[in-house]
Amino acid sequence: MAVLLLAEVTDGALAMDATAKAVSAAKSLGDVTVLCAGASASEAAKEAATIEGVAKVLLAEDALYGHRLAEPTAALIVSLAGDYSHICAPATTDAKNIMPRVAALLDSMILTDVSAVVDADTFERPIYAGNAIQTVKSKDEKKVITFRTSTFDAAGTGGSASVEDAAKADDPALSEWIEDKVAESDRPELTSAGIVVSGGRGLGSEENFALIEKLADKLGAAVGASRAAVDSGYAPNDWQVGQTGKVVAPDLYIAVGISGAIQHLAGMKDSKVIVAINKDEEAPIFQVADYGLVGDLFELVPELTEKL
Amino acid sequence: MKVLVPVKRVIDYNVKVRVKSDGSGVDLANVKMSMNPFDEIAVEEAIRLKEAGTAEEIVVVSIGVKQAQETLRTALAMGADRAILIVAADDVHQDIEPLAVAKLLKAVIDEEQPGLVIAGKQAIDNDMNATGQMLAALTGWSQATFANELKIEGDSATVSREVDGGLQTIKVKMPAIITADLRLNEPRYASLPNIMKAKKKPLEEKTAADYGVDVSPRLEIVKTSEPEARQAGEVVADVDTLVAKLKEKGIV
Repeated sequence: MAVLLLAEVTDGALAMDATAKAVSAAKSLGDVTVLCAGASASEAAKEAATIEGVAKVLLAEDALYGHRLAEPTAALIVSLAGDYSHICAPATTDAKNIMPRVAALLDSMILTDVSAVVDADTFERPIYAGNAIQTVKSKDEKKVITFRTSTFDAAGTGGSASVEDAAKADDPALSEWIEDKVAESDRPELTSAGIVVSGGRGLGSEENFALIEKLADKLGAAVGASRAAVDSGYAPNDWQVGQTGKVVAPDLYIAVGISGAIQHLAGMKDSKVIVAINKDEEAPIFQVADYGLVGDLFELVPELTEKL
Repeated sequence: MKVLVPVKRVIDYNVKVRVKSDGSGVDLANVKMSMNPFDEIAVEEAIRLKEAGTAEEIVVVSIGVKQAQETLRTALAMGADRAILIVAADDVHQDIEPLAVAKLLKAVIDEEQPGLVIAGKQAIDNDMNATGQMLAALTGWSQATFANELKIEGDSATVSREVDGGLQTIKVKMPAIITADLRLNEPRYASLPNIMKAKKKPLEEKTAADYGVDVSPRLEIVKTSEPEARQAGEVVADVDTLVAKLKEKGIV
């Protein structure tokens, strides 16, 4: 059996962490061929070739693939699908956009957000915001899968797979890219950070989120937010942790002013150590926290920042 | 322009989910059910397009058990014009997979010829996040998923999308499939007079067989289990104690 894995490539750069975690999830399914697609993707392909367990890298370099648009990228994957038994990707927003389209084109039922591989046909995935884990066995000839990266360790590097060019597929010409609004930040990326500091509605304003950022910067941490904080405009959408935002599992997760709605817990409860700071001692977040601090975050967070 | 909005009847998002002791699934008997929250956002967006004069008619479709007609009535009370119920299951525990749903929706599209489909980005029961993308594949239409802003201009739509790095804006050719993210809008509540009026709005009942679509699942559910529970830890007295505990663990 053979696996085709779509690497996460953004503006020419390989997202090593997400891709290496997906490789480690896919390795047991067969020889892994990684596909790097982009307007410029050759550097990403060279890097992907070093991931342990990668047998081959396919490089599809064309302006058509420059902005991860679903229609041309899905057409490319389908054109390459050939003999692969499994077609997979890390469950990033790009892959969540592209892979179900690929699956439907192949008349296959997608398996999204897979958290464990049982065997070549059988997989575990969380449902109901992680309140249940379903084990499903696929009857489809070709399995199309996205892997929840937070539950897999990244494959190591040191490999030296060959890189081959892949022919581009026809352009469905259905969509065009206008712009990306990406916040520049020196902080680590949220889904791969060792420490995450998240703020909730308890912060009360966008300005007060500076408290969270200061604590995060002291720890070299990424910044996250609850849905309530994002909905209230305190934090940008790409900070959202939860069922419909990002799923994280850092070594340390500090939840500040977050009550702990099910939807939020779904995105962080696999963190190794959870610290909760909240004025409400009944807040559900304390039921999953290893260490709780009850009190006024506006006093406790600056004090914590100073003493760490 | 006609807008098609698929809506799903799911467990109410406030209900505590319980896994059945025999591991066959999540207990949905006698549990409060509601419209999938993302689908409410999709319905709202369609209504706003109608209010703005961009859309003329809103058709809502639900696929599942007969009781999904309650969900359709909710959408009609919000402001949709007409509903189609496709009965494809007789047990509430039988979830129709996104691929089968997409095939049925494709058949409805062939009949109804809408200019736009707005769907929720994911259902909060199976958390698949797939139906819109699969429907786009089957129709050969463009797709704009995870939308937080939608502007229709002539034969194209400009959509701002919530992506991992922030926001991405794309322009898609119409007809298109849009999937709604949380911040596309805030859905309205149906007023009592509108709830009464909705009872008289047309609701057509069909079956999956009427469309010749096989809805048998491709994924066999082997078992459903509770996730590993996390133990509550301790409440510490002050910041100094917390810092000491974290240092002890070697995390900071």
